[in-house]
Amino acid sequence: MTTSAPPYASSAPGTPEDLAVLEARGVTKRFAGVTALAGIDFAVRPGDSMALMGENGAGKSTLIKVLTGVHQPDEGEVVLGGRPVRFARPLDAQRAGVSTIYQEVNLVPLMSVAHNIYLGREPRRFGLVDERRMNADARALLREYAIDVDVTAPLRSLALGVQQMVALARAVSINATVVIMDEPTSSLEAREVETLFAVIGLLRQRGIAIVYVSHRMDEIYRVCDRVTVLRDGRVVHVGDLRGLPRVELVSMMLGRSAETVRTGGVTAFGEAVATEAQPVLVAADLTRAHQISDVSLLIRAGEVVGLGGLLGSGRSETLKAMAGVMQLDRGGVTVDGRKIRSGSVPAAIRAGVVMLPEDRKAEGIIPGLSVRDNIVLAALPRLSKGGFSSRKAQDKVVEVFVRRLRIKASSPDQLVSELSGGNQQKVMIARWLAMSPKVLLLDEPTRGIDVGAKAEVQALIDELAHEGLAIVLVSSELEEVVEGSVRVVVLREGRVETELTGDEVDEAHLLAAIAGHDEEVGTEAEPQPQPDEEEQP
Amino acid sequence: MTASTVTIPLPRRGSVIAGLQRWGVYIAIAVLLLFDLAFTPDFVSVGNLRTQLVQVVPVLVVALGMALVIGTEGIDLSVGGVMAVAAAVLPLYIGYGFWAAAAAALAAGALVGVANGSLVALVGVQPIVATLALMVAGRGLALLIAHEQLVPVLDPTALRLGRGSAFGVLPWSVLVGALLVAGIGVLVSRTTFGKQLLAIGGNRRASELAGLPVKRNLLVVYLLSATLAACAGVLSTARLGASVPSTLGNLIELSAITAVVVGGTPLSGGMIRIGGTVAGALLLQLLRATLIAHDISDWYSQIVQAVIIVLAVYLQRQRTVLR
Repeated sequence: MTTSAPPYASSAPGTPEDLAVLEARGVTKRFAGVTALAGIDFAVRPGDSMALMGENGAGKSTLIKVLTGVHQPDEGEVVLGGRPVRFARPLDAQRAGVSTIYQEVNLVPLMSVAHNIYLGREPRRFGLVDERRMNADARALLREYAIDVDVTAPLRSLALGVQQMVALARAVSINATVVIMDEPTSSLEAREVETLFAVIGLLRQRGIAIVYVSHRMDEIYRVCDRVTVLRDGRVVHVGDLRGLPRVELVSMMLGRSAETVRTGGVTAFGEAVATEAQPVLVAADLTRAHQISDVSLLIRAGEVVGLGGLLGSGRSETLKAMAGVMQLDRGGVTVDGRKIRSGSVPAAIRAGVVMLPEDRKAEGIIPGLSVRDNIVLAALPRLSKGGFSSRKAQDKVVEVFVRRLRIKASSPDQLVSELSGGNQQKVMIARWLAMSPKVLLLDEPTRGIDVGAKAEVQALIDELAHEGLAIVLVSSELEEVVEGSVRVVVLREGRVETELTGDEVDEAHLLAAIAGHDEEVGTEAEPQPQPDEEEQP
Repeated sequence: MTASTVTIPLPRRGSVIAGLQRWGVYIAIAVLLLFDLAFTPDFVSVGNLRTQLVQVVPVLVVALGMALVIGTEGIDLSVGGVMAVAAAVLPLYIGYGFWAAAAAALAAGALVGVANGSLVALVGVQPIVATLALMVAGRGLALLIAHEQLVPVLDPTALRLGRGSAFGVLPWSVLVGALLVAGIGVLVSRTTFGKQLLAIGGNRRASELAGLPVKRNLLVVYLLSATLAACAGVLSTARLGASVPSTLGNLIELSAITAVVVGGTPLSGGMIRIGGTVAGALLLQLLRATLIAHDISDWYSQIVQAVIIVLAVYLQRQRTVLR
């Protein structure tokens, strides 16, 4: 508890100083008797890029909150630059040089970029804000990090990724010595991720320490050189990332032996099976100006069809069109031969087409309602008599799905907002399964949930397909699409680029098709025999 | 910097605030009654409390509808105007008997509610703007109908509703108010519609994606709020024995919103406390009566009311921050 130097300090490869810039020493934190952190030792040195890994509930967010002054430790202390500190609130931590970048940008959307960067410390002249100098300073600051943006534009007019860069620039300009990033890439496009990584590199060169929290392995290995693994509120591993096999890292997070994880594969999908069943859903020429054009698909009962493509390629839009969320300019969807009205969610649901939205928080859960109410939300009219909801009928449904999906809640009356991300996602799936759908549209079903829950959700998707559900899967993780789907329809710029079937469903082909900008890829994908020829007019 | 200095864990403070938010209004009523028992002569008596109940009914009935609207993250400023419309319509049809006239008054109020609801749900106007428009238009319409005249309503049924008591004890208007409270309470807690309201207030986008009839429900909520306001208009008119469209229901939206908020229903929607709303309305009424009994000017009671609003909203805000 009192070790001044972390046990690995001697192994520091060429860092200028061995002194950690930010440390947690023996930090323990309890909530209502539940121990969230049990004697955590954690340290980052200047220029370090430390990955903080762990399943949901491992204590990552609590640790970050302790480090940034949101929570105060019950035992132990936070040490900044060798001196014990006590941040009463996040602002104190920020002033002391510990900045946090969350996945949601915490800035003022209507104000200009420059105003946001200098919010609260605007350069002044004659008592008024010196706009010209502020804009010039902001421009110079952003240029340092190769972020090309109009500093006078209101923040909300920018893409989310750029907004995050602005938040980052703001953090750095407040003389941050440590920048903590919590899932910073979850809403970024590939190009923006590159910019972010470049900026991280620059920050490290200047001796700023990075603490990086992410569920994405690829990123962790690219950006970080050290890793601290938490499990059940304890540190289970600290060390260099290079040379650490992924399987081992995952097994440490899960607390399972490496063998189990390896045999289980990277994802929890079983062998996808092609079926010859009749198509359940046929989408023909789905078109909506600026979003998708002439997208056609067909989905059979019992198969998982992946939708591949970059962010903005029209994957989510295609799902939304099929789920009745988006009004179509042209084209339509038929289910079991019956056309469904476009732009009507209730019509789609009646036809048996349901969608798990991408943004669970904004579009999925009702945070103030209980697990029970969230599960039965869509099915409520079916569980009611004469407008009065039957508690008994609800409980029956809730019980079935809580058990079947292994939803971990203290009781059905618990607020859904208190559950972990993975369990919230299961609640969302339960909401739709309670409607006995025919077609399940999944938009990033495993985003932002921990490894264990991810595997469970993936296994569930498999199981549902085996039971005859037709499933469309959108995921930005290649391996998830490849391992989960029997066919993959690849979209690019709102159009169907190609469809991969059989042996083509692998990462190499998928990557080639997604990238698909030149002739070679096109000719490679074209001559493949296509059992389902619903696209390419 | 030792472990012993850390003795005030946040959740504890949160639970105190949450408790205050939930039960504070009841505690306040209890404290006020104890104060009256000690310092206000003849205040805590059957006769006076019955008077207080009779007086609180209009605000209470309006607040019930307001609670529903606020639960959907909306607000209804037009309730005073709707009361005036109902009051103005009532004497026009009193020749057909009181109940027919009351039905016409409620229907007129409902129409204003449909206008509110259409603007909010179908056109997408912000609730505060849409109902502000109808607050002004409603009052104007009422004055137009009544030719800016005060009209006596001397129908015997109306007078009995306004001033008589069931079994000689329970004033009829209080009985109506209690029935409406029970009805709205059941609506919120037991029906599909109630659950859907909470869902819409809690996360409208998610409710749409879950296939809930969001627009229809919003329309119905504003319709209910206006109908309840019209009901309050009829009750008030019956009590006054006259239709006074120029002043009836002036500023009642503020009292109603205060009652709802003080009762623990957050302005951010997703939660509705009917019991708290009733208690909130009672608290305001008792407070005012107490101040009057002590010969303190009504202005002070308005200031006290303002302080209570700020306190209630502050408590709510604390809770959101902690969450």
